[in-house]
Amino acid sequence: MTVLDPAHTMTPQTYMQQLSRWRALEIAFWLATLLPFWLFPTYLSLASQIAITALFALSLDLILGYAGIVSLGHAAFFGLGAYSAGIFTKFVWGEPFSGLLVAALVAGVVGYASSFIISRFRHLTLIMITLGLGLLLHEAANSASWLTGGSDGLQGVSIQPVFGVFKFDLYGYTAYGYALGILFLCFLFTRHLINSPFGLALRGIRENFTRMPAIGADSRAHIRKVYTISAIIAGIAGGILAQTTETVALEVLSFERSADVLVMLVLGGAGRLYGGLIGAAVFLIARDQFSGINPQYWYFWIGVLLVVVVMLLPNGILGGLSKLTARWRRT
Amino acid sequence: MLPPVFGVLFDGIAYGMLLFLLSVGMSVTLGLMNFVNLAHCAFGMIGAYVAVMLMKDFNWNFFATLPFAFLSAALVSVVVERTLYRKLYRATDLDQVLLTIGLAFISVAAAAWFFGTTQQPVAMPSYMRGSINFLGLNIGIYRMFLVAVGIVVTILLVMTLEHTRFGAQVRAAVDNQRMARGLGIDVDRTFAVTFALGSGLAGLGGALAIEIVGLDPHFAFIYLVYVLIVVSVGGLGSIAGSFAAACLIGISDIAGKYYVPELGGFLIYLVMVAVLMWKPAGLFGKRS
Amino acid sequence: MRSMLYASAAALALACVSTAQAQDTVKIGVILPYSGQFADGAKQMDAGIKLYMKLNGDTVAGKKIEIIRKDVAGPQPPVAKRLAQELVVRDNVDILAGFLLTPNAMAAADISAEAKKFMVIMNAATSIITTKSNYSVRTSFTLPQVSATLGSWAVKNGVKKAYTMVSDYGPGHDAETSFQGAIKASGGEVVGSVRMAVANPDFSAYVQRAKDLNPESIFVFIPGGSQPAAIGKAFAERGVDVSKTKIMGTGELTDDSALANMGDNALGVITAWTYDHNHKSALNEKFVAEYRKDNNGENPNFFVAGGYDGMHLIYEALKKTAGKTDGEALVNAAKGMKWESPRGPMMIDPETRDVVQTIYIRKVEKVGGKLVNVEFDKVENVKDPVKAAMKNN
Repeated sequence: MTVLDPAHTMTPQTYMQQLSRWRALEIAFWLATLLPFWLFPTYLSLASQIAITALFALSLDLILGYAGIVSLGHAAFFGLGAYSAGIFTKFVWGEPFSGLLVAALVAGVVGYASSFIISRFRHLTLIMITLGLGLLLHEAANSASWLTGGSDGLQGVSIQPVFGVFKFDLYGYTAYGYALGILFLCFLFTRHLINSPFGLALRGIRENFTRMPAIGADSRAHIRKVYTISAIIAGIAGGILAQTTETVALEVLSFERSADVLVMLVLGGAGRLYGGLIGAAVFLIARDQFSGINPQYWYFWIGVLLVVVVMLLPNGILGGLSKLTARWRRT
Repeated sequence: MLPPVFGVLFDGIAYGMLLFLLSVGMSVTLGLMNFVNLAHCAFGMIGAYVAVMLMKDFNWNFFATLPFAFLSAALVSVVVERTLYRKLYRATDLDQVLLTIGLAFISVAAAAWFFGTTQQPVAMPSYMRGSINFLGLNIGIYRMFLVAVGIVVTILLVMTLEHTRFGAQVRAAVDNQRMARGLGIDVDRTFAVTFALGSGLAGLGGALAIEIVGLDPHFAFIYLVYVLIVVSVGGLGSIAGSFAAACLIGISDIAGKYYVPELGGFLIYLVMVAVLMWKPAGLFGKRS
Repeated sequence: MRSMLYASAAALALACVSTAQAQDTVKIGVILPYSGQFADGAKQMDAGIKLYMKLNGDTVAGKKIEIIRKDVAGPQPPVAKRLAQELVVRDNVDILAGFLLTPNAMAAADISAEAKKFMVIMNAATSIITTKSNYSVRTSFTLPQVSATLGSWAVKNGVKKAYTMVSDYGPGHDAETSFQGAIKASGGEVVGSVRMAVANPDFSAYVQRAKDLNPESIFVFIPGGSQPAAIGKAFAERGVDVSKTKIMGTGELTDDSALANMGDNALGVITAWTYDHNHKSALNEKFVAEYRKDNNGENPNFFVAGGYDGMHLIYEALKKTAGKTDGEALVNAAKGMKWESPRGPMMIDPETRDVVQTIYIRKVEKVGGKLVNVEFDKVENVKDPVKAAMKNN
């Protein structure tokens, strides 16, 4: 997080401008996301699943990193998006963007409705209510197997080419391009959002929920808004997964998915825009490599990775790194 | 002849006791020490495996293994507390989550490595099996034993934390660490002992649970959600709260399965959400 | 334009792949949940694969067999699909195999269909899986194959009324539908049913509910793992008298590890299944002895048999094609194939590519102080009833 340096006072406008300026490292990051197309074409499928998970983590970062809402049930929106896109594709038509729109809409409506509940609670209660609502949805999807396919998964999802031209191919060129493109657009939106006065207000809520109304910012209204936006983005991420894999299974709504994305975000560094992106990439690549070497006990090494990161780099990889660079600059 | 509802109540309470024993330790560490320990059920798993190994490889009696289930989980937790957890008492909740989830992953892999992935067989003494007929109700003998253990543990815990010198030290250390240190209380030691107590209880709960729910390396994760539900519904740091919440969850789970099996999977989550909406701090909690 | 480019690049790559494979190895990509809750089954199936290769060598039709193992960690179709895709495009495998869980098999079948790769399903038991790819065959069983057979057998043998208890998820629903259907079709009656929550550590309430109805027989389907023992204990604790109420189920219910946990509570339980290590045949005795040698004296179960027979099918198909590995050739070689397995006579139905086999009816008895599933009846040449019904409509 950028902290105001009292030695260099500036107008709010210049502060906001400075916040939203693109740095060289950021541009390099996004250019690097294009590398798999040429360097690792056989890893594109993994790359697109990383992009989808990164988008999901970004959506969680909005509420957790910026508004301080810890959710253990965020997979609810991911899953809603996935099922909406999947069912829409199966029964209406297979054009991808309209499918994503439906996913965003359904997740957004449910997110908005549940935001009235969410905004009333804090701390453990909030975590458990999000968890409970998520698990209820998971059970509902299992029960409604006539619609969702239940535990066998939704079958018969057949997606049309993107823009009517780019067919989803075996290698995953289209899938990765599609997922990356949507991730980038959502990222631009999020970046803009958190560098706006609204974003500042959210950080204020995170730091002190009760004091914000005193300076004229209605904490609950802000929380409802950001929760809805976060639900929409999570829904889009789920929608992309359904479309690129042409199936939806109950695990999109599972507790494991909620917990995994939380772990990835915290691993990368919550409240840092790129935290979820880095966390998702590190976690999924580590998992892929470890399980390639040792299919039976790879999670031992994932566990070690998490413990080592916490012990050496508090506040996640990005948090730890920025602390290290700050120390390095000082000396 | 008693109507079936009494049988349902009894089974529910017995199941609740299982949940209570597994979760009361977390209520203590999370509520009193503010430490988010998602590896809590891993300590339960240690107790469970110790009990099974002693029974299987050394032919011990089930009851004789229980103290060792408690002690081994407590011992391991002291080591973990001294080397890892204490460094994070002041860290953010999120860092604590990351660390303890990492430890849970490690524990699952370690259990699979040492004990294999198969279900562990448990041989209860024959007099613990079956049921007695009480006014037309089937009362499972093992379930009666569970209820008894649950009640004894509750009484002991409440006595310890409310009426002993150690309990007073814990409460003082929690309320104001600096002041407690000033009064000469060894806060580090107090926390370590509290933590060991909580984990030991989880170990005991784990050993008692295997007869009903079985044991494989995924124990560390399967019951995490149930434990979190009991702790939050009961209210943080309240032993009586955990007890009441465990009974409530146990009874509603069993009653739901008996009377409305269509709602089987939903019911405990519905109960939890409803309770928390009504009382955000939980049944007996002072703060959320 | 770009997509054309990619498509032709991919085609080119695939072409390179197939020419590269004209060499001397056949690669088999095995996708199983090696970690997670289903790890036990994956380990056993893997042991079955290993055993077959140990007994029959790792060269077939002049080619060396190479296995590449991938962990899918649970019912995660997106991961299964990605792994199948990576196996095909990165590791250049010729055959996809394994598949413990239905959703994973369904997702990987898309890749098999698209890349025209031979796919051997060694466990997943939902009927429709094999309809998703024309290059897939199954060497395990289908759940309706077992439960419908048990249903009609039960009525023929004097059961008139049945109560069903199944896990509330896809396979449970399949088992319920086919068992109840068979009971009704044979003139029996279903007196009640319950679907039990999947995440369900304590069965006592469901069992009590069933017992209060005092049915003549109870049919149970639950997934293997921790649940069979738990429900067995619940039956005993509730005092369900097996001599008055017949308890029936699919073989998971009385798997060895379940029997070890249930103890004498299991006596008298009747199950229908495809394989048990007590099956009497010379081939099976040798199979069991060899398996026990390599696996700390454990007995093989249906996962092992599924993997073992799957490898047998692959070896025999490769012999027939003289080492040719394209999907078309292999699947044609597999269609109609017959062989003697440790579980008895097996065949791949040339029409549905699904397995045709004997279903054994067994009862848990004490033999030499040990609990054993004793086969006392059998139904031969059972086809998957769901696909048979689909064809008739």
